[in-house]
Amino acid sequence: MSRVNRATASQSLSVSFAVGLYGIAFGAAGIAAGFSILQTCLLSLLTFSGASQFAVVGVMGAGGSALSGIATASLLGIRNTLYGLRMAPILKVKGWKKVVAAQITIDESTGVAIGQEDLGLDAMKQGFWLTGFGVYVLWNFFTVIGSLGAEAMGNPSAWGLDAAVPAAFLGLVWPRLLGKFERTLAVTALVIAILLSPYIEAGLPIILTALLAVFFGWKERS
Amino acid sequence: MEGTLMNAMWIGVIGASIALFLLRYSGYLVPEKFLTNPRMLRINTLIPIALLSALVGVQTLTVKGKWVLDQRLAGVIVALIALRLKAPYFVVVISAAVTSAVIYRIK
Repeated sequence: MSRVNRATASQSLSVSFAVGLYGIAFGAAGIAAGFSILQTCLLSLLTFSGASQFAVVGVMGAGGSALSGIATASLLGIRNTLYGLRMAPILKVKGWKKVVAAQITIDESTGVAIGQEDLGLDAMKQGFWLTGFGVYVLWNFFTVIGSLGAEAMGNPSAWGLDAAVPAAFLGLVWPRLLGKFERTLAVTALVIAILLSPYIEAGLPIILTALLAVFFGWKERS
Repeated sequence: MEGTLMNAMWIGVIGASIALFLLRYSGYLVPEKFLTNPRMLRINTLIPIALLSALVGVQTLTVKGKWVLDQRLAGVIVALIALRLKAPYFVVVISAAVTSAVIYRIK
């Protein structure tokens, strides 16, 4: 690999910091949902996918089973498979490097790598590794800070953590609501999940809305 | 009861970690044509929208499978306003927390 490209390095670092900081919110959410500090930090170390991690603590914190939590996290994590497909021919990694590359394949590392396309293959690789490791280190560091902070605070409601978690989900979905079609899907999913909640096991109302997404996406839009 | 709850959480942590790793690693193994079908791609971008929206609803208006209207709704409405004003993610989350905490303490 050649010398690190300045532009790529600075983009990787700023993305890593911006995203890593949200680790505080996740750390706090994990504790608020009743997970221990160790469990919360292991989710960041091992699961390492923001939306999926929030889903595990969100679903299980609301009384859902482990299976519901894992299923929701997996459905949210399918996009990482697509990122792997995209990155494999660029990185051309083998053996343990493939394992490491897979673990840091996330929205941001893939996004920065693809953003370097004009600068060439080396810049794309650098963008992927720098952003992947950068987010990994900072996300985990700030998860520890957030979980320790929340543990020290005590009652989650008194500090507004009970509203911070849905607000965090709202902030994650917001940039994806590009048009009327997406907004209709979002509102429909939200309403259906709330309406179903008293009648089926916690977690299931959320997973079932994936079927709604399949229904919405089945037909090509004109 | 306490013990089984603790175990469920461990299963959630380990299970989600294994699932996510397998999902990622498989991207480096399967042939590309497998997942690049336009319908699959479309559905794949819509699934997070549905799940995350459902999570917003359930986390805002239910507690353990019951409908509950409380300070969380006010917090999420403030977050919505912050998002419409193009506030950064952190401001969105913090403004929701502050709103909810203030109402909780007044009650």
